[in-house]
Amino acid sequence: MRMTTGDEGLAAAAAAGDRAAFSTLLEVHYDRVFALAFRLTGSRAEAEDLTQDICLALPGKLAGWRGEARFTTWLYRVVVNAAHDRRRRNATRRRQTDGWGDWEVNRRAAQAETAEAVDWLTGTMRALPTDLRVTLALILDEEMTHAAAAEVLGVSEGTISWRVSEAKKHLRALAEKEERI
Amino acid sequence: MSDDDLEHLRRAMQAATPRPDPARRAATLRAAEENFDRRQGSGAGLRPSSNADPITGWLWTGVKQMIQTLSTRGGLVATTALVAVGLVVFIPTGRNLMNPPEVLSEPRLVDELGNVTGSSATSDTTSPTLQRDALAPVTPPAPPVAKAEREEAPAEMFESMPEMGMAEDADMTAAGQSFATSVASAPMPTPAPAQESRSRRVVEGMIAPPSDSVIPTESDTEAYANEAPSDVKVVSTDPVSTFSVDVDTASYAVVRSSLTRGYLPPEGSVRVEEMINYFPYDYAAPEAGEAPFRPTVSVMDTPWNEGTQLVRVALQGRMPAIADRPPLNLVFLIDTSGSMQDANKLPLLKQSFRLMLSELRPEDQVAIVTYAGSAGQVLEATPAAERSKILGALDQLQAGGSTAGQAGLQQAYAVAADMSDEGEVTRVILATDGDFNVGISDPNALKDFIADKREDGTYLSVLGFGRGNLDDATMQALAQNGNGQAAYIDTLTEAQKVLVDQLSGALFPIANDVKIQVEWNPATVAEYRLIGYETRALRREDFNNDRVDAGEIGAGHAVTAIYEVTPVGSPAVLNTPLRYGEAETPEGSTDELGFLRLRYKEPGETVSTLIETPIPVSASEAGTEARFAAAIAGFGQLLRGGDYLGDWGYDDAIALANGAKGADPYGYRAEAVTLMRLADSLSAR
Repeated sequence: MRMTTGDEGLAAAAAAGDRAAFSTLLEVHYDRVFALAFRLTGSRAEAEDLTQDICLALPGKLAGWRGEARFTTWLYRVVVNAAHDRRRRNATRRRQTDGWGDWEVNRRAAQAETAEAVDWLTGTMRALPTDLRVTLALILDEEMTHAAAAEVLGVSEGTISWRVSEAKKHLRALAEKEERI
Repeated sequence: MSDDDLEHLRRAMQAATPRPDPARRAATLRAAEENFDRRQGSGAGLRPSSNADPITGWLWTGVKQMIQTLSTRGGLVATTALVAVGLVVFIPTGRNLMNPPEVLSEPRLVDELGNVTGSSATSDTTSPTLQRDALAPVTPPAPPVAKAEREEAPAEMFESMPEMGMAEDADMTAAGQSFATSVASAPMPTPAPAQESRSRRVVEGMIAPPSDSVIPTESDTEAYANEAPSDVKVVSTDPVSTFSVDVDTASYAVVRSSLTRGYLPPEGSVRVEEMINYFPYDYAAPEAGEAPFRPTVSVMDTPWNEGTQLVRVALQGRMPAIADRPPLNLVFLIDTSGSMQDANKLPLLKQSFRLMLSELRPEDQVAIVTYAGSAGQVLEATPAAERSKILGALDQLQAGGSTAGQAGLQQAYAVAADMSDEGEVTRVILATDGDFNVGISDPNALKDFIADKREDGTYLSVLGFGRGNLDDATMQALAQNGNGQAAYIDTLTEAQKVLVDQLSGALFPIANDVKIQVEWNPATVAEYRLIGYETRALRREDFNNDRVDAGEIGAGHAVTAIYEVTPVGSPAVLNTPLRYGEAETPEGSTDELGFLRLRYKEPGETVSTLIETPIPVSASEAGTEARFAAAIAGFGQLLRGGDYLGDWGYDDAIALANGAKGADPYGYRAEAVTLMRLADSLSAR
């Protein structure tokens, strides 16, 4: 059963109370969840916290697992939603309302006048509107197809493709700047 | 290769993505398992439905909120330290706060060390050890220790045998894939290889960019509107292709400007359909009493692929009797910001408008609004007969200040509203180098504003000048929403073409919202590909929806669209038929390639008219016009990377275009051949 259904089978088993299945699922997916959380937030500390929140809430969320989607799709949706909630909560506390990256760390890096590459990444991600950034965070995962990202975000595949091309335009514009020194 | 930027970002992201903290990971997994156990209760099947957060989560959330509240602005350093101390007492995972997120600076570390990687490795391995010791009483000892040891080993291997790292990297990728698909396998020791591969990526991804110059320049902020080239569609699954016409020519002028300045144009600036439509073609014009434009379809063999054919859909707009044209109201909205002072911007613009003025009638009216810093009306509505007054106002224009595009646009529309009378054609002509940033709070609101005005009958055309911060994307968006044409003016010759030779086409729409839909016949066509029109794609259902906006055709405009189609049974078919697809023979006549449907609205109408015509199978002898259009289509694709062209190169395009120049009264086609030569030599470097 597990052999053929993979994650979905494990998730079903975990939802039915199989602790070993639950542990395996977490063990297998922890790093990917963390990586996605980092791509969504740009901050290691945020990503650690977000991943922890998600893992701790997962037993409860799994109770609602109906096997209607691939497990990774479902899990990624959980991550994206959690990141979204977090962003919204942070917006009331921080000046950087929908930013990407850790402003404290980056400010220090800027003072040191190093970390150009991180600056580039942070600058690029921040230059993107939130929905494009979230879309990119998903599809920068090598295994994530546009169709899967569409399912995660609950939008059409065309929307994802459109967003990716929009994001590429932004990137192209930035790259043009860089090329013409 | 438009994916390069995305790939660059992907690599940078991979390099920057830290590995999860192993101790934190172990603690979280353990806590999650405890939550899981708690949730299962003591026994069979009774699962509580409560959503109450488990204790660990609650505690953590509380502490987190405390930190976030405390660490807002001032006093950050002091309070963080205090809270961190408090945290270590409560929760093992809190130690992360003692260890400020250093990962973001990791690339810099590697960069600086270069040859001194040894010390990096030392600091890398010692710090976890220290932390582990500090946390020994509270952290479950086994998992973190095991992981930390795994971490150390490959780090040493990496020192001594760099090429090992490469091999591991590959293994890692393979392992990662099988990992994701077959889950039942036992958890693998991934953290170590993962770290290994990441540190390699740091080296590749983060060090290279500085030498490739990452520092952005102030002067060049061009942005282009484009999509990835359309791919090949299979007729049996995707038989219908729908798009809007496009009479813009800006892309060709940008390409020309790039090539004559000695570099290949950015791929994003190449829109193949705009290159094809730049040229006048000798298409049959509609007879009096017919539709405002006349479609013709022709089929020829593809120059770059023996197994396929090119289907050319050509629309020729009617040329209304010039004498009957309604009076024109033109509002020139001129960007006079500081960036416009270059010789190829404001001075060229003045000369261009002077040329255009000679084409206007005495009863036409002209007004000039400028925008720079603050918007202002330079010339009130003036009959074109008062030529010296208009020229005087033009000459007064000085470049200076920043750009307040939105205010200028609003004022221009207000002036236009005052000028327009029943039966007249009113148009705002925006001339800019693209610096449309200052003053726009919301680009979408601006587009909506222009679209609203379009409904009121005032259209917008956009003329781009100069290079450096040409915002092609915004120009396209504004012109498309304003029912207008976006043209790029780089020389006085181009001004002559756009503003004099083709003025009536640019200013008098004869058909609005022109949409093209082709349904391919699966009995004769296996695959098809639309060349260009990526930014003009419409959804299939939008074809019949009259509320969906599409492109305009102006007086005398010609529009050409080219499909590359692969006949059924051709050796050039790229896709294997589906094994589980429909097996029955598709129905339909075998003497039609497909069926062409066109929809358009007469200016001022809200209901569209439908034109239908079948596309015959017979390939005709390719005429001059068809061959030249094919040569330009090939040229445009070469500039975009030419995925579907095989060995066909610039020399083939040059040969094809040279043999198809036709009459070429304005010399446009000869110029195109010159550009192909330039591209050929530039790409060879």
